[in-house]
Amino acid sequence: MTFEDLLEQQAKEIARQQGLRERIYCCTAAGCVSSGADAIKKAIDEEIKARGVGAEVECCGTGCMGLCSKGPLVRTQSDGTIYAAVTPEDAGALVAGQGANLLADRKLDPQADFFIKQEKIVLANSGTVDPERLSDYIAAGGYQALARAVMELTPQQVIEEVKRSGLRGRGGAGYSTGLKWELVAKQPVDTKYVVCNADEGDPGAFMDRSILEGDPHRVLEGMAIAGYAVGAQQGYIYVRGEYGLAIQRLQAAIKQAERERLLGSRIFEDNFQFRIDLRIGAGAFVCGEETALIASIEGKRGQPRQRPPYPPESGLWGKPTLLNNVETFGNIAPIVAKGGDWFATIGTPTSKGTKVFALAGKIENTGLIEVPMGTSLRTIVFEIGGGIPEGRAFKAAQTGGPSGGCIPPQFLDIPVDYESLHKIGSIMGSGGLIVMDDTSCMVDVARFFMDFCMDESCGKCIPCRAGTVQMHDILQRITKGEANENDVALLEQLAKLLRETSLCGLGQTAPNPVMSTLNYFSGEYEAHIRDHRCPAGHCVLPAAASSNREVQA
Amino acid sequence: MPVVTKPDVPAVKDNRERFLERAMSRHHYSGDALIEVLHTAQELYGFLTPALLKTIARKLRLPPSRVLGVATFYHFFSLEPKGEHSMIVCTGTACYVAGAQGLMRVLEHRCAKAGSTSPDGKMSVQAARCIGSCGLAPAVIYDGKILPRLTPDQLNAELDRIGVK
Repeated sequence: MTFEDLLEQQAKEIARQQGLRERIYCCTAAGCVSSGADAIKKAIDEEIKARGVGAEVECCGTGCMGLCSKGPLVRTQSDGTIYAAVTPEDAGALVAGQGANLLADRKLDPQADFFIKQEKIVLANSGTVDPERLSDYIAAGGYQALARAVMELTPQQVIEEVKRSGLRGRGGAGYSTGLKWELVAKQPVDTKYVVCNADEGDPGAFMDRSILEGDPHRVLEGMAIAGYAVGAQQGYIYVRGEYGLAIQRLQAAIKQAERERLLGSRIFEDNFQFRIDLRIGAGAFVCGEETALIASIEGKRGQPRQRPPYPPESGLWGKPTLLNNVETFGNIAPIVAKGGDWFATIGTPTSKGTKVFALAGKIENTGLIEVPMGTSLRTIVFEIGGGIPEGRAFKAAQTGGPSGGCIPPQFLDIPVDYESLHKIGSIMGSGGLIVMDDTSCMVDVARFFMDFCMDESCGKCIPCRAGTVQMHDILQRITKGEANENDVALLEQLAKLLRETSLCGLGQTAPNPVMSTLNYFSGEYEAHIRDHRCPAGHCVLPAAASSNREVQA
Repeated sequence: MPVVTKPDVPAVKDNRERFLERAMSRHHYSGDALIEVLHTAQELYGFLTPALLKTIARKLRLPPSRVLGVATFYHFFSLEPKGEHSMIVCTGTACYVAGAQGLMRVLEHRCAKAGSTSPDGKMSVQAARCIGSCGLAPAVIYDGKILPRLTPDQLNAELDRIGVK
């Protein structure tokens, strides 16, 4: 395909869509599918057939529209209205264009905080294009950034553009993306690889999954641009085995792109060639760590190795390897299309752009959101998230999964960016944000995450393998009311040991949930240990022991 | 012509072998493709037997220890047969906050511990790290279908319906 062909296809598809009286979008992301979206799409398709209006009304599936808790969601293109909790019985009204009248009670207010406080770059197409149709993506301007990169820019200029954007890795650590690309590009080797880390393992995080399900071509385009910039001809996407729908859509998208010569050889009639293959993970959290992920692609046990050398120097099969997260690749096409300077105007001085978060837990609007970096936690939880259900009190927000920390109410006004979160003992992480109310016991939360790390430790290095077990035992004793005061000191000692001596990020960050809850909720630890009482009423502690202690005191 | 006498049961088995062979040849019998091959093998046979692992090791020219090492490292691969039905409890953070532990207790009490199958072979119980349906927490996947926002009482009723004692 040439650039002219691309523009022609875009114009043709836009004209075709404009010729329709109505285009009905059914959210077919995992959340809505589990609440019955497939049946709705089927009902609408049948209704269109039954009424014989196939020429003027079209129904298509889309990626996540965001408000998962109100699903299944359906959007009508003509007026842009989103309807919540749609049922197959509503198909008639929607096809007849009567949604506004008949489903008025389930119309979502487009001026609600949930919508207007967000800014969408990565998720711009999620909910507005059909992820299974390449022409939809092309109509939205897809693959034009790749065309611009290949036809107008040198690899060095692409890297400059990414550097200027200030984009930092969205996998959690926040390393400068442009610098990483430059490092790989500099290696004087012919064979290089581009790898997309889609092994999203943090519990409570579903951003990458939603991006892959909702806009797979965006990720492919970002990877192809990366391949051009660093001089690689082969890319791999390492996806979690649990993400069946994402895998299916990626496979379809790769096939479509290859058929149109947007991937493969002679892309845009240039000498640039780039292929992408999928690698399916087999359920190991540690494979999110870059060297473990590389080992897993090579067909080995997913165990990390010592760094340096870092993957940009020696990665997959010993070759220079560029490894970025799904969301990072999702940002590339807009940056190349609109320029790094545009991207750098969004966000804070050190953290540019937007961040996608998966909101979950005790919050009204569970779902997927994208906000500019630097948005306050209060805005995210109370305005976009709609606050805590049942009038309960906000207790903590957990970010960064098992490597992150719990943020207490006094920090609700801090801006969410890499530095600020790090300062208060948490991390940005990949974007899971779980809200807890006063019924959550923070000691048990720490135990929950330690249980996770203990289970997922690969066993290669001793501090992580043995340390997580010891820390978990102590936390378990505390929640059962069998601990004494020395145990907290012991926990702190072990935490320091794990941080300083573990081989990879899993062990080094495993103590974070414990340390942040110890810092901000020490009273709860004390109540468990000294008074055998769980302030949240979550843990079951032997009451008799506490009265004994009081007598002794 | 006494040739076509055997029933087609062995033919089915042959097919599976052929599919597995095809998966390996697609990857040029490269050891790097071990995980892909194990995925295919498990899809075809349901679980990985020692004999199956040995065959794969031989064909990919890998030491059997490496194949067993990889098969046991990843949660996804199962070396034991699965039950007639399966319940996967999501134990991700959102489900944890919403009470997944209570659901797990019901299943452990009535069926089996996480990661095992009930003695009568009726139900396999598994714990998933996070199924990414956090808006539906707490969630259980019963034979591939999500049961959203489940309470222990609803789960008990579901088990009664399936016929678990």
